[in-house]
Amino acid sequence: MYRYDEFDQKAVDERVVQFSGQVARRLSGELTEDEFKPLRLMNGLYLQLHAYMLRVAIPYGTLSSKQLRMLAHIARKYDKDYAHFTTRQNLQYNWPRLADVPAILADLATVEMHAIQTSGNCIRNVTSDHFAGASADEVDDPRIWSEIIRQWSTFHPEFSYLPRKFKIAVTAAPKDRAAIKVHDIGIIIRRDAADVLAFDVYVGGGQGRTPLIGHMIGESIAAEDLLAYLEATMRVYNQYGRRDNIYKARIKILVHQIGADEMRRQVAVEFVEVKAQGALALPQVEIDRIAAYFASPAFETLSDENPTTANPAFNVWLENNVAKHKVPGYAIVTVSLKPIGGIPGDASAAQMDVVAGLAEKCSFDEVRVSHEQNLVLAHVRQRDLLTVWQQLAAAGLGTANYGLITDIIACPGLDYCDLANARSINIAQAISTRFANQDRQREIGELKLKISGCINACGHHHVGHIGILGVDKKGVEFYQITLGGSGDETASVGEILGPAFGEADVPDAIETLIDVYFAKRSPGERFLDTYRRVGIQPFREKLYAAH
Amino acid sequence: MPLIKNAAFTENQFVHVADDETLPQGNVIVSLKRWQTERADLITRNAPIGVRLNSDQSAEALAGDVHHFALIEIDFPKFRDGRGYSSARILRQRLAYTGEIRAVGDVLRDQWLFMKRCGVDSFEVRPGTRLEDFRSALTEQTVFYQRSSDHHRSVFERRHTACQALAAE
Repeated sequence: MYRYDEFDQKAVDERVVQFSGQVARRLSGELTEDEFKPLRLMNGLYLQLHAYMLRVAIPYGTLSSKQLRMLAHIARKYDKDYAHFTTRQNLQYNWPRLADVPAILADLATVEMHAIQTSGNCIRNVTSDHFAGASADEVDDPRIWSEIIRQWSTFHPEFSYLPRKFKIAVTAAPKDRAAIKVHDIGIIIRRDAADVLAFDVYVGGGQGRTPLIGHMIGESIAAEDLLAYLEATMRVYNQYGRRDNIYKARIKILVHQIGADEMRRQVAVEFVEVKAQGALALPQVEIDRIAAYFASPAFETLSDENPTTANPAFNVWLENNVAKHKVPGYAIVTVSLKPIGGIPGDASAAQMDVVAGLAEKCSFDEVRVSHEQNLVLAHVRQRDLLTVWQQLAAAGLGTANYGLITDIIACPGLDYCDLANARSINIAQAISTRFANQDRQREIGELKLKISGCINACGHHHVGHIGILGVDKKGVEFYQITLGGSGDETASVGEILGPAFGEADVPDAIETLIDVYFAKRSPGERFLDTYRRVGIQPFREKLYAAH
Repeated sequence: MPLIKNAAFTENQFVHVADDETLPQGNVIVSLKRWQTERADLITRNAPIGVRLNSDQSAEALAGDVHHFALIEIDFPKFRDGRGYSSARILRQRLAYTGEIRAVGDVLRDQWLFMKRCGVDSFEVRPGTRLEDFRSALTEQTVFYQRSSDHHRSVFERRHTACQALAAE
C-alpha cells in the first residue's frame, strides 16, 4: 500500500500544528464558535447532537495493521472504546473532547493518517473497490488512481470552497463494488482494444434528496490527462453550480438542469484549456512511483484447495463471507461488522486489534474498509481460513452474513446525528434480530437492505434492494420503504412503495415483502431480479392489503 | 478596509465609481457592466483603470481586454462562495493577465493562502488584522500537490526533480 514520503508527511504535520493553534485560540476564547466552525470543518470535526464527532479519512478504505491499531488506541484513550466505520470508508469517533483533538490528530499523523477534507464543501476522501488488488476481474489496481486523485485534491486552492461537498469514486472492474454511478464523479477504468488504460468519467450521480444516476461525460480519457479532465470538470462546477440553495448545489443538479450533453461540451472546452497549460499532465515516472506501492504482495505459489471442514458454522461463513481471489490458494475474507442485533459498522478497540493482528499475520499487513461498513482481509491463504474464522468468531466478528438481509447499511441516525429526523440503528437492530435465523437468511439470498435516518441518505437507502428512510411526522418516527435500488454496475434508484410505517411495524413489512419475493421468484433469482421482472405492484398490493 | 499587498499594508490608490456616477479624475474601478457599455470611452482615459468582477461574473467576460486594466477586483460576498478562485486562475493562466488581482469582500485568514495560490496579489482584510497573522497564514502550509497560478511546482514534479538532481550528482 501507499507510504508517505517527506512531502506527504510534511503536509500532514503542518496541518496538525496549524489546527492545534486554531483549537488553542478557540479554547482561549479568541475565536468564537462561528469563526471556529469553518476551521474545524476543514479538519473533519463536527458538532453533533451530544458531542463533537471526528471523522478520520481512510483513503480508498485501505489501512495497514499499524494504522488500525492506532485507530483502536485512539478509541481507547480518547473515546468510549469503540468507533464507527462509515459508508464513505472512513471512521468516526463519536465522543472526542475538543481539547484532545490536536493530540488525536498528532497521533494519527504518526501513522500517516489525518482528518483533512472529511467535511466541508471540498473534494472529500476518494473511495474505491474494497476488493482492489485481490479480485480477478480488475484491469488495474484502482487505488493507484485513487491515490493520485487524493494527492491532487488535497488542499486544492481553487476547489476548497465549492458549492457543496464533492465525492469521487473509482473502480477498475466491470463489477462495480464502489457504487461509482451514485457519486459526483465516478470513474471506471477499462483497457481499450490496444490494452491501454482508458478512463470513463461519470458525472452527476448522487443520493440525498434528489437521487440521480451519473452520466458518462468523459469517454476513454488517457491516463496522463486524468487530472486535467477532473480539473476541467471541477472548474465548470465551481463556476456554474448553484449556490443559492444548499439542496440544489450538488453537481448532479447542474448536470440535470443543463443536460448531460451541454455538461460534456462545457467540460470539453475547459479540458482543452487546462491541457494547453500542460501543468497537470501526469509524469509517467510519478505514475510508476505510485503504482509501485500497489504492486502485488509476495504471494506464494499455491493451489486452490477445498477449505471446508466438519464444522458447519465455519462452512456457512466460508460460503457467505469468503470470495474468490485472483491468485490460486488465496481468498478474500469479509469481516462482518453486522452482528445480529448489533450496530452496523461499529467496532470496539479490542475488535480492531484482533483484525489488525490477523491482517499482520495472514493478509500481508493490509485491511480494507468497505462502503458497506464491513472490513476486508484481502489476501488470506485458503489454508489459514479456519484459524482466521476461529479468531474472528472469538472476537464477535464471525457473523456469516455478508450480502444477506442482516448485512444492513445504516447511518448513525438520530442516536447521534444532528441532521437526522429519525433513528436508524433501532430499525437495523430490529430487522437483524427478526431475520437472525441463518438458514432463512441464506434462503432469501443476496439482499441489500439500507437505512437512512434522513433524506441526506448517508445510509444509501436509494440504492438498497430494500431501502428504508426515516421521517418525522409531528414528532413521531415513521419509515418509508423503497424497492429496487442498486448501487452496482446496473445502478438504479429505488421506488417508493407507499405510505410510511411506524417503527414497530417495519419488521413485519419486510417479512411481507420477503413473502412476496418467495411466492414470485423464479429459480436462481435474487430479490432484486424478481423485483425487476415483476415490478412493484405485487409487493405493494400485498403489503398494503396486509396492513 | 485595510489593504495588504506584497505582505505590507498599503494605501488603496483606486476609487470605486458607481454605474450612475460621473467618472472623476484619477484611478477608478468600474463594474463589469459599465466597462462593457462604456468601453470605448474608458480606454481613452489617461489614468489606470480597474474593473470589479462580482462572484457570478465569469472572468471570461474580460477575454481580450485584460491589458487595459491595472487592477481587477474579485468580490467574495461570503467566504463560502468560491467562484472567485476560478476567476483568478482564469485571469492569470488563460487570459495571461499580469496586473493586480485584489480579493475584496469576506476575505478571511484561512482563505489568503488559497487566494494567493490562485493568483490574487492584494487583499482587502478585516480591520484589526495583524501583518504577522498574514505572514504566518501564508507560510503555515508549504506542501502544494498541484500547480496553480503561483508558479509553485507541484509535489508530483518536485519528487522527480529531486530524483533527477540526485541521479546527476
